Amino acid sequence: MDDSVLFSVRLSLQVASVSTALIMLTGIPIAYFIARRKFKGRELLDVFCTMPLVLPPTVTGYYLIVLFGRNGLIGRFIYEWTGWTIMFTWYAAVLASYIVALPLMIKTTRAAIESVDKNLINASYTLGHSDFDTALKVILPLAKRGIIAGTVLSFARAMGEFGATLMLAGNLPGRTDTMPIAIYSLAGSGEGTKAQFMVLMMTVISGGFLYFANKYAKRII
Amino acid sequence: MGLHVRLQKRVNGFTLDIEWQISNELAVLFGFSGAGKSMTLQLIAGLIKPDKGQVSLDDTVYFDSSTGINLPPQERPLGYVFQDLALFPHMTVLQNILYGASNLSKNEKLDRAREMIHAFKLTGLEDRYPYEISGGQKQRVAFARALIRQPKVLLLDEPFSALDRPLRLEMRRSLREVRDNFSIPILLVTHDFEEAVAISDRMIVYELGRIAQIGSPERIKGSPVNIYVSQLIACVDSDSVVS
Repeated sequence: MDDSVLFSVRLSLQVASVSTALIMLTGIPIAYFIARRKFKGRELLDVFCTMPLVLPPTVTGYYLIVLFGRNGLIGRFIYEWTGWTIMFTWYAAVLASYIVALPLMIKTTRAAIESVDKNLINASYTLGHSDFDTALKVILPLAKRGIIAGTVLSFARAMGEFGATLMLAGNLPGRTDTMPIAIYSLAGSGEGTKAQFMVLMMTVISGGFLYFANKYAKRII
Repeated sequence: MGLHVRLQKRVNGFTLDIEWQISNELAVLFGFSGAGKSMTLQLIAGLIKPDKGQVSLDDTVYFDSSTGINLPPQERPLGYVFQDLALFPHMTVLQNILYGASNLSKNEKLDRAREMIHAFKLTGLEDRYPYEISGGQKQRVAFARALIRQPKVLLLDEPFSALDRPLRLEMRRSLREVRDNFSIPILLVTHDFEEAVAISDRMIVYELGRIAQIGSPERIKGSPVNIYVSQLIACVDSDSVVS
């Protein structure tokens, strides 16, 4: 296999894996918080977290540049302190994938948590278990199908992320060209065979992952 | 002494306003659906917050609106058996029972769980999941789980309503055993008059969020205090004749 193709495959898997791990770490607590806590602005928070799902990826990418660019609201301070900017690095691809795929995790996990029978949660409380204990031992295990579905969808979305990644990480061969970006370049430069190969590969990887995850999700409950 | 309950709660146009006291006996909360019986249990357990009133057991106050005391459900030593039993579907019988023993050390938990499994005739079912056992067995698991932490009050929200008659009779026997073995106040919500008469020491009759009458089942049957109670009994009696 061509080195550049291999690089793109490896980078895409790496970016999708890291962003999915971050999505699990943060998305599950955010979804739990929105589902279980009644507070003012709950739906606003949900809308805010879900926006990247409906916004064009270029708009999301633009916001990320405004925030994390070298002169961005947050990026400026990072650059002043460390002399480093996330722009045009593979971390930028992770950030873009994270922001774009996070809503899928929050939506599916929130729905799964809200569908857990309230009597089971009350039973846990009357048996002496705290909120935290109840979340870990009752709510999250019973919502795990939704959490797995959210993880799979997030991974697939992160693998396929293109627009925001292009704006934030650019198209630097051998540095930030994930599979979707490499396909875009190859198709534009007339290297149809390589592009076709990567398109097929992308289809097989994403489809295969979804298939096994679906099968697993069915088996666990 | 005993369980003293004085509660006011307004929800969506319905007002619950009740006061009663029971000692270590089996009391039945009796009345039509929507009279506020199940809500009373939830208020006692701390799952819903009353607007006003007091809930106390012996010298311990669980809720008092005048002093602002409101213990969370976790700190109220109650056993609660829900109408749908609320067994955790992802836990085995043993895990469900052990989950009730959060206040005990690991060794104590296992010893106590074995005792409960033996007492409630669940031996051999420890590793089964709730969907793998019968309705009667599920009831017994729910009782074992509620009792393993040695609660000071037992709250039962129509736990027998989904059972057929032979199983109901069997569960009544189990409940009488629980009453005899654990000397604690037991509150049973039911709208089955026959059941109330068969097992209760005292009946508390609810009428649209208020107390209509309190007394022994015989007394309530013999001299209903108003037309509502006599209608309630007559209605239930004719109901059981039909069924």
